[in-house]
Amino acid sequence: MKLSFTLNDRPTEVQVDTGDEPLLWILRDTLSLKGTKFGCGKAACGACTLLVDGEAVRSCSYAVKFAEGKSITTIEGLGSEENPHPVQQAWIEEIVPQCGYCQPGFMMATAALLDKIPNPTDDDIDQNIINICRCGTYYRMRKAIHRAAELSRTNPAGK
Amino acid sequence: MNQQGMNLHTLPLRLAFFALISVGFAEEPAAKASSPGSNSSEEERETVHDTDFYKMMRVVMHQRCVNCHPSDHIPKQSEDAHPHHFGIKRGQTGQPNHGAKATQCSTCHQSENNDFSGVPGAPEWSLAPHSMRWEGLTAQEIAASFLDPKRNGGRDHDAVMHHMTEHPLVLWAWNPGINAAGIPREKPPVEKAEYIKAVKTWFEAGAIIPPAAK
Repeated sequence: MKLSFTLNDRPTEVQVDTGDEPLLWILRDTLSLKGTKFGCGKAACGACTLLVDGEAVRSCSYAVKFAEGKSITTIEGLGSEENPHPVQQAWIEEIVPQCGYCQPGFMMATAALLDKIPNPTDDDIDQNIINICRCGTYYRMRKAIHRAAELSRTNPAGK
Repeated sequence: MNQQGMNLHTLPLRLAFFALISVGFAEEPAAKASSPGSNSSEEERETVHDTDFYKMMRVVMHQRCVNCHPSDHIPKQSEDAHPHHFGIKRGQTGQPNHGAKATQCSTCHQSENNDFSGVPGAPEWSLAPHSMRWEGLTAQEIAASFLDPKRNGGRDHDAVMHHMTEHPLVLWAWNPGINAAGIPREKPPVEKAEYIKAVKTWFEAGAIIPPAAK
């Protein structure tokens, strides 16, 4: 079956077998967008987080058929090197990543958080950012999330 | 002493042992007979309270139905009713029954089961409102709750009956999918058609809540 959706602001079509394939697999294997990561395959780690119509979704547990007609944003579409998203800028400033594997998922989840709660408290962060990081960069992430909120107020999402 | 001799000597003890554990198994079902939805055996449940009301309540009080009708603000998971992993709880703003504002139920749960991840799904997946809390209540208390318009979202009996027999999230109980290990989830102890018939018959008869069995 053929599916059509918007991917990082670009109209996109893919041919899939049943439509039950996880969106994650189609992005990585068919569309060669490797930024969204496979961590656990059971929606437990958040490494596969991206945005569907602005909402955070764990793409390992999201059948690609549900993407029909939707707007999908991956880490590749969050911002650019010339014009980074405030989350990306904050992540750079706070030197958040260590191995980096979980970071796209965290950044997409954070982008969704700041869209809903522009000035999150630490409790808001605790409730909404529940991905996991084996390298333990959480304390730097928390600083980066607050910094991203500050940057968003002065310089809205870079696109 | 050869092995045969030793077996003969220990035979009375072994017979006594097996007699004792047989009595233990025979007594076990009776001790659990009083609570629909408990972990009692299927045979035991069939011999006790086989009325429309209790057939209905054996489904309603199945652990996985109660899991999304918690007495607190934390959804439970699985037949052992452990708190939902990852600190998930009812939100405080926005659509609270759908979780936190930026990490909602729909972040992981979609409108159907996902066999790749083992994450269950059904349309309108969310917590029931707190007014519809069932955890820890008796069958009579739960029935009173879902018949009360002040607690059931303003529904009359007809609306409740239709909800209980037609809503896809309710009927998901009979298509619960598999978990991340590929193991099928337990279905309710009553077949779907039998449950639907019991609900409709009970409502047609006036939705009378029987007193608790002694």
